[in-house]
Amino acid sequence: MSITIRIPTPLRKLTAGADEVAVEGSNVSEVIDNLEAQHNGLKARLCDDAGEIRRFVNVYVNDEDVRFLQGLKTAIKDGDELSIVPAIAGGC
Amino acid sequence: MTESIVRALKCRECGEEYPVQPTHVCEFCFGPLEVVYDYEKLEGNFTRKLIESRPQNMWRYRELLPIDGEPTVGAENGFTPLVRAERLAAALGVKELYIKNDSVCSPTLSFKDRVVSVALSKAVEFGFTTVACASTGNLAGSVAANAAAAGLESYVFIPHDLEQGKVLGAGIFGTKIIGINGTYDDVNRLCSEVAGKYGWAFVNVNIRPFYAEGSKTYGYEIMEQLGWKAPKHVVVPMASGSLCTKIDKSINEFIKLGLIEDNSTAIYGAQATGCSPISKAVKENTDLIHPVRPDTIAKSLAIGNPADGYYAHRVMRDTGGWAEDVNDEEIVAAMKLLAETEGIFTETAGGVTVGVAKKLIEQGRIPRDESIVLCITGNGLKTQEAIVDAIEKPRIIQSNLKDFDALAAADGVQV
Ligand SMILES: Cc1ncc(COP(=O)(O)O)c(C=O)c1O
Ligand SMILES: [Zn+2]
Repeated sequence: MSITIRIPTPLRKLTAGADEVAVEGSNVSEVIDNLEAQHNGLKARLCDDAGEIRRFVNVYVNDEDVRFLQGLKTAIKDGDELSIVPAIAGGC
Repeated sequence: MTESIVRALKCRECGEEYPVQPTHVCEFCFGPLEVVYDYEKLEGNFTRKLIESRPQNMWRYRELLPIDGEPTVGAENGFTPLVRAERLAAALGVKELYIKNDSVCSPTLSFKDRVVSVALSKAVEFGFTTVACASTGNLAGSVAANAAAAGLESYVFIPHDLEQGKVLGAGIFGTKIIGINGTYDDVNRLCSEVAGKYGWAFVNVNIRPFYAEGSKTYGYEIMEQLGWKAPKHVVVPMASGSLCTKIDKSINEFIKLGLIEDNSTAIYGAQATGCSPISKAVKENTDLIHPVRPDTIAKSLAIGNPADGYYAHRVMRDTGGWAEDVNDEEIVAAMKLLAETEGIFTETAGGVTVGVAKKLIEQGRIPRDESIVLCITGNGLKTQEAIVDAIEKPRIIQSNLKDFDALAAADGVQV
């Protein structure tokens, strides 16, 4: 299963400037592991020591936040688009 | 002048520390940054007596605020009344009730004057000359007014459909006011892009760690005015959830510094049902804050994706508090109740606080025989649209006594 991942500006240092990366994987967890294999250091930015997605990192599969799907176990099918979006802090 | 005890900016998530600079997000994990202090440096020097000897404004606690020099903006702001609310207490069936009344906070009649005084004083220290904000209304007015008084340029960004009082209450100060076609969350998203590009001091974006600390003064004043004591229960209105977390921080700091004893204060959050992502998470006991699209008359609290929602939830859980929400009708009824019992005209956010307090008391979540403080944070003259149809209109008569006699007789008045 190959999918496209959209990389936000602050993380492009780790992808040699690429804003999109193609990765294999059947669920979000596998996709992140394979992303790490291609671009060392990315996983630590996305996931905490326990392996969970960091609180202020949002991962969307086709515009739906995976927190409200099955989290890291959310299944991926061919052609899905996964975006990584830092939460917009600020407010009021 | 006392030496600043600010140590650094620290990521609330991964703990990484950063030097004091105009930034708000951790470069590593994207968590929010918070100001941390070396409290040991105050050991024995920051006493009730010292604080009491100072002028009655929010800067009497200045050692615990993140500026280096003297305040240059809003030097007189803060120190609003804490009112013992006997008549509202009777109406709610509780014994000891207080209103912390920031509906009369100077200069713009909301608690935002506290956060803005700190944010703009810090912005001046950083060397900014243009300040800005994303706002649900009160913040826009406060940034505009305090910037005007300090001779700073300002841009304020608001949702396009705010109340007249909020729009005029910012525009009068000669600010550049921008209405965005969208919700507050859209305004906020745009502002984080503008902040990155234009290099302005956005009080609640790149200056947010400093700005948010200003809310602590609301808590400090409550404790000092109660006679150096924390209440048993505090009810706080929530938009981003920041005020809720900072009242908690203020209590913990006063305990740590030996200014008060730990009174096991429980903190309760109040939201409008039409925008209740935080109260919903509390009631469902989940860490996940589900963003919503707001639909409520409490526009000042209409943040669908609250930045501090997670931390506010944790405060309520860890202090033994709770959260509730009230609908538009309950908000209006609560605004009237506060006005008719205490003579305090608060805005919709205050209606949310009073309405939620009533609900929590009725539910038995807040006991009737312990001290309760309600956080009234804004003024009713700014949200007149919300109550215009719920208030009795003047009865028009001619200027002759006969007409009035007829009216008085109809009212059953005895001469
Ligand atoms: C009157 C009033 N009360 C309370 C709040 C809530 O503030 P916070 O974002 O700190 O939760 C706001 C926010 O705009 C407000 O205008
Ligand atoms: Zn961090």
